Amino acid sequence: MINSLLPSWLVVALQRVDAVLLAVLSLLVFLGLATLYSASDADMDQVQRQIVNFLIGLGLLVIFSQISSKTLRLWSIWLYGAGVTLLVLVLVIGVTKKGAQRWLYVGTDIQPAEIMKLAVPMMLAYYFSEKPLPPRFIDVVIALLLVFVPMLLIMKQPDLGTALLIATSGFFVIYLAGMSWWLISSGLMLVSVAAPLLYFFGMHDYQRRRIDTLLNPESDLLGTGYHIYQSKIAIGSGGFYGKGWMNGDQSHLDFLPERHTDFIFAVFGEEFGLVGNLILMGLYLFIIWRGLYLASKGEDTFARLLGGGLSVSFFFYLFVNSGMVSGLLPVVGVPLPLVSYGGTSVVTLMMSFGIIMGMRKRKRIYQQEG
Amino acid sequence: MSDRPIKLERDEQHMFNIRALIAGVLILFALLGILGRLYQLQVIQFDKYAELSRQHYQKRIPIPPNRGQIYDRNGVLLADSHTQYVLEVVRDNIGDENGDGKSTLADIDGLLERLGKLIPLEEKEVRAFKTQVRRFKYQPIPIRENLTEEEIAAFAVNRPRFPGVNMEVRMERFYPLGRLASHVIGYVGRIDAHDLERVDKNEYIGTTHIGKSGVEASHEDRLHGRAGYHLIEVDAHGKQQSVVSEKAPVGGQDLFLGLDINLQRTAEKLLEGERGAIIAMDPSNGEVLALVSVPTFDPNLFINGISHKDYSDLRDNPDRPLFNRALQGTYPPGSTIKPMVGVAGLAEKVITPGSRVHDPGFFRLSGQKHVFRCWNKRGHGSVDLKYAIQQSCDTYFYDLAYRMGIDRFSNFMRKFGFGEKTGIDLPSEATGLMPSKKWKEDRYKRDWFPGDTVNIGIGQGYWLATPVQLAHAVTIMANHGVRLKPHILRGVRITRNQQESVLKPEPFPPVEVDERFWRLAIQGMENVMRPGGTARAAGAGAAYRIAGKTGTAQVFGLAGGKYNAGRIAKRLRDHALFIGFAPVDNPKIAVSVIVENSSGSGGHTAAPIGRKIMDAYLLKQYGDDKLSPSETETDASGAEDPHD
Repeated sequence: MINSLLPSWLVVALQRVDAVLLAVLSLLVFLGLATLYSASDADMDQVQRQIVNFLIGLGLLVIFSQISSKTLRLWSIWLYGAGVTLLVLVLVIGVTKKGAQRWLYVGTDIQPAEIMKLAVPMMLAYYFSEKPLPPRFIDVVIALLLVFVPMLLIMKQPDLGTALLIATSGFFVIYLAGMSWWLISSGLMLVSVAAPLLYFFGMHDYQRRRIDTLLNPESDLLGTGYHIYQSKIAIGSGGFYGKGWMNGDQSHLDFLPERHTDFIFAVFGEEFGLVGNLILMGLYLFIIWRGLYLASKGEDTFARLLGGGLSVSFFFYLFVNSGMVSGLLPVVGVPLPLVSYGGTSVVTLMMSFGIIMGMRKRKRIYQQEG
Repeated sequence: MSDRPIKLERDEQHMFNIRALIAGVLILFALLGILGRLYQLQVIQFDKYAELSRQHYQKRIPIPPNRGQIYDRNGVLLADSHTQYVLEVVRDNIGDENGDGKSTLADIDGLLERLGKLIPLEEKEVRAFKTQVRRFKYQPIPIRENLTEEEIAAFAVNRPRFPGVNMEVRMERFYPLGRLASHVIGYVGRIDAHDLERVDKNEYIGTTHIGKSGVEASHEDRLHGRAGYHLIEVDAHGKQQSVVSEKAPVGGQDLFLGLDINLQRTAEKLLEGERGAIIAMDPSNGEVLALVSVPTFDPNLFINGISHKDYSDLRDNPDRPLFNRALQGTYPPGSTIKPMVGVAGLAEKVITPGSRVHDPGFFRLSGQKHVFRCWNKRGHGSVDLKYAIQQSCDTYFYDLAYRMGIDRFSNFMRKFGFGEKTGIDLPSEATGLMPSKKWKEDRYKRDWFPGDTVNIGIGQGYWLATPVQLAHAVTIMANHGVRLKPHILRGVRITRNQQESVLKPEPFPPVEVDERFWRLAIQGMENVMRPGGTARAAGAGAAYRIAGKTGTAQVFGLAGGKYNAGRIAKRLRDHALFIGFAPVDNPKIAVSVIVENSSGSGGHTAAPIGRKIMDAYLLKQYGDDKLSPSETETDASGAEDPHD
């Protein structure tokens, strides 16, 4: 067997990796690289850089799959505290690019909001693991406060898209913790009332334009509507079977913007058609379900809530991106998970799957040894 | 905590399983929703989007206009445009270069390798080209500019081997006369981001160069013209299908300057080896006949980006060849302004034509010890205005200025244009300085002293003027008060086969004083050029009547010491100045001359230069190698072939 070729410590380490999930992830990654190759006009350099991103991600996946729920749990408060501190620092001494103050300079520019994508679900999972479940009303309120503090700090930068993603990752944990259905439905009603208020009073002009554009994309073809219009043409003209790999002329012309990052879904849809989309969505659905399944096998409540929260967040990224590119949701800068070009997203997502794998119950042999 | 409920692992596991199951089902529905949307786009609305994708897109290809040419007043060509050849690559058209059956970015390397064997490409060019070609698939990207004759021939023969590579013709600026009049004509250079901020970007899409200095910059809007375009249809692969419409570019206007290039050349030769400035104007219309600042520079160096060495040579040269002394140099005007001061004194009734001042060789404010010396230590005795101008008697003007008072004095001098820009149509003109009480209080937070006024009376102290301001003031004297704006541009030609149309001179409010006062001051200036005057040598044997005034501007503060040109470092020596106009009864030329750190006085150094310029212009003494229209045009297209 292959086991005999590897050093024994690695064999032990790899036993913590869920082979099924890794196999499906690899399939998705392979599809993503093929699409990237086409989207970047056969720029092998770019594909190679993305492969390096995946290898780094894979390494982190294996490393984090070794960390038990008990250990990770201890890090929660510190990571959350550090993240909030950095977010405050961003507002005070942050670096401003394109009108938004989102970065901190520490030799290179870092974006502390990225940390919160992990820190917020971790903190909430930690909080609820200390409390009786289903949570009492007061615990839900405190949990919401833990979500709103970083969310408001990020909205202030302003980065509405990331604030939204981080807030939802927190809400998912609260939902999984067993927040009562009565509270959930009244919360949803509150949001539907607050949304128009936010639109009129709480948004920057460019954010409001994106929503206007969503509601009536053809109204502004030279401005923000252009992206959506072009990506709809690309997807729609792909038809049932697609135009074939490397043959998407919409995406290969200079018409489709951001085609190797946020809009890569349009390239995929044009070249592989509805059939390809069915397969892609099937892969994603399998990954999400598998993630939820692994979470349910978690060692303890913390493991289940964090694993579940990360899995549902993964779905949410997919939903926001594919909804945006197909013209259902407003334009928010969210990459298509594991397919769009970009190091940060790929590395953190692979890492979070490693976390989900690592928090599973230990097999009996280890338990006996322990 | 006693009231803390017991956490039951089994219950919590059960709760999570239910919640996760519900989430899994909701996620399934959400993704089905997305798939439903994709079904709508890709199946139901397929025909609509397929048609939109097939649809032909229109693209606008800009055609840059040809830049206007610049001529002197007699039609001698000063700035020309000649053709140059550029090699451009359209990435989408190069095909499968490396033979792997696909047309991709990798094909570029193969193409460059083959092209490099034919036309040696520099590494810098290749790098710049590659960054561009990555970004634009359907736009021509230049790989090599300024092809030599051999390269043009070599490429023309091998053209079929290079699909997607085209040789394009572009017009490029060229200054056939080189350094001559470079401070007036200026030069063009590559457009940078800073330039784009002040022009209409749509008009400059296809344009590579823009006026950076001189007339090229100040009349950029006339010279540039208006861009045209081809509106073409491209198919889904970006290939041109047909031309929808076309708008021809409108070429820039040809400019005719008031400059007489032969006079300009004469004047530049007169200052050879010196630092200084000369301006000659036609007083009747304000046209600038010559505008000289030496040393000069070769404007051709700047067109395609000056090399670092050439630029640092120009920048670090202590004589500052890039500095336009005629417009930007500010000097104490010295005694040259005495005729204007005289007119001011008469107009303000501080003096009368007959009033006299006793000059013992110095002037002293009552009750003060400090002595203001006349240049003539022995004194001029009893002098009136006419004699004071002829002899440049300092004491007379010390007294005049003191009694007039600084504010009345400087207000009147402003009417002659001192202390404000003349508004000449060249960039970066300096304002100079006409001091007043308020100015000194603002600038130095100190009171104005009567002694300050005394020095201003002989054009020293805080007073600073540019050579063009002096020339402008002389035209006002020559015109008996009529004031016209100095201008370089005389006329324009909108299209090639049209006559040039001459622009009207722009008048300022005239300086209105009694006609007798003008005549008196001008008589004094005429006497300057006659025996007994400070420029008698320069005025000797003239075939026409000249009015002039010499001046010497102090650079070195002489604290009562004795000035000796020979003993003082060259850079601290006085500047020699001369102003004048001729003929007196029908002025055709007005000049101002300044020679920096001259070894002689205004009368010895500057005045003879002024006289020679007048002779050259009025008697047409330009020598045998005079430049005429036809010669320069053949020069530009024949002898100065760009491909040599």
